[in-house]
Amino acid sequence: MGKRRVAIVGTGQTLHRSHRPDVNGQELIHEAVRLALADAGLTIADIDAVVIGNMDHFEGINAVDCWSVDGTGGTLKPVIKLTTGGTTGSTLAIGGVHLVASGMFDRVLIVGWEKNSESDTTGAITTAFDPVWDRLVFAGAISGLAAEAQAYMARYGATDRDAARVAVRDRRHACNNPHAQLRKPITIEDVLASPMLADPIHLLDVCPRTDGACAVIMACEGVAEKLTPVPDWIWATANRHTYTYLGDVNWGELDSMNEAARELFAKAGIREPRKEIDVIEMYQPYSFAGIIWIEDMGLVERGKGAEYIWSGATDMGGELPINPSGGVIACNPIGATGLIRCAEAALQIMGKAEARQVPDAKVAVSTGFGGCMWTDMLLHGRKKPDF
Amino acid sequence: MQNDPLVIESGDVSQPFRYAVGSYGSVFLKELKENRRFLGVRCPKCHKVFVPPRRVCGECLVEMTDFVDVGPLGRIGTFTILRYAFIDPETGEQKPVPYGYGFIRLDGADTLFQHYIDIQDESRIRIGARVEPVFADQRKASIRDVLYFRVIDETSDA
Ligand SMILES: [Zn+2]
Repeated sequence: MGKRRVAIVGTGQTLHRSHRPDVNGQELIHEAVRLALADAGLTIADIDAVVIGNMDHFEGINAVDCWSVDGTGGTLKPVIKLTTGGTTGSTLAIGGVHLVASGMFDRVLIVGWEKNSESDTTGAITTAFDPVWDRLVFAGAISGLAAEAQAYMARYGATDRDAARVAVRDRRHACNNPHAQLRKPITIEDVLASPMLADPIHLLDVCPRTDGACAVIMACEGVAEKLTPVPDWIWATANRHTYTYLGDVNWGELDSMNEAARELFAKAGIREPRKEIDVIEMYQPYSFAGIIWIEDMGLVERGKGAEYIWSGATDMGGELPINPSGGVIACNPIGATGLIRCAEAALQIMGKAEARQVPDAKVAVSTGFGGCMWTDMLLHGRKKPDF
Repeated sequence: MQNDPLVIESGDVSQPFRYAVGSYGSVFLKELKENRRFLGVRCPKCHKVFVPPRRVCGECLVEMTDFVDVGPLGRIGTFTILRYAFIDPETGEQKPVPYGYGFIRLDGADTLFQHYIDIQDESRIRIGARVEPVFADQRKASIRDVLYFRVIDETSDA
């Protein structure tokens, strides 16, 4: 970590829908920015720098950093673009932490956004992969995730029914979240009866496509406590990249999350994550990840993910609620998605999560995932870090 | 203000690109074309064999020079069967689905080689199944010189 402590002091999310033809990109961005500024009790004049990102090749627009200033309020301020695929939103958050922690800026506005309705996401995602070796058979995010699920199932014997239990959980949680796109509960039978997209993934196992934006404001120690009675202190961040070509991946386990979690917990002195963490907002683009990645995160032993999910431990009211917001399966404006996880974790710590609040949440984890099997993680706490 | 939002279309735009395969990749594709032979490259430090071959082992950050034969037989490392329709950005055409999407561990390789798997009999497709490549008659030094891999023994003992 840098020299200075950093906290989230405000968040804002737009109305998330599958199509938002009522706004253009700048206007969508502005919705989130306006709400975040109001939440932090700031005006744009107080903001020292803006960090913004979305998915490359989506919306057919590049250089969003310059194109979006009307929406962000970044005119004549330092504006920095970060775009790392699925992890974009969480990378934005980590970038914001670094900018404040370093002492460069006191108050940073962070914006992730996407208008998925304006592009062909599978086509655009495919261009993230090597043109010579990876694109022949690659079919966007779902194909890689299906390969991961198959490998995991062969190794540990989990089933699509186990995965469906995760989708049911997140869709039920989403009913408590006014920002979620899909707010209708589903059953295990609904998931299993939905069309098979890529074995073993059904339609209801995966995230929707969403138009939406999220903004988060971070401030340094000294400023943060003056803005809000309960800032969300960032204790640690971690990120890992693992491979060059898709065939290099250790399919069936998410090595990047394993390493990132190890680093994150070590930095914050967490030895027993299940006991010490109160809530997790996980970037979980499909249901199987809800089983596989909690093992990679070290919450449960290898092969025990499904059992832990069935026990109800990750439901609201359980030992360690995961995705009180409903997560990515209920709402996925891709460039915003990782930042929404961060914002939702912040709301939990600040006690502002309303109907989806985990009572007395003191320690939270938010994550980001990229189709390139990358992981970002942040650890949030109500207590000021002791480093 | 009456609100009837408009959306405009880009039309059928096309954006062609040109990609260098690199010197190692070029050797691989030429061998595939001329000799139906798969080449990997071995790291002098960790001894891992990479397919496709590349100059640097990213983990050890050392240059690799030791080309080795791999395959042509292998086993399915993992797979899926693609069943949803989508536009292939390489061609602009809808990809014919369903198709078998395989990660093949060619004999002697430590990484997996992505390609099509023949799905005429879906019940034979499983992790660990033995596969062989089926080559194109007219080969052009491209990844498409292999048409697909075909299961020759579905016994799972990877
Ligand atoms: Zn090596």
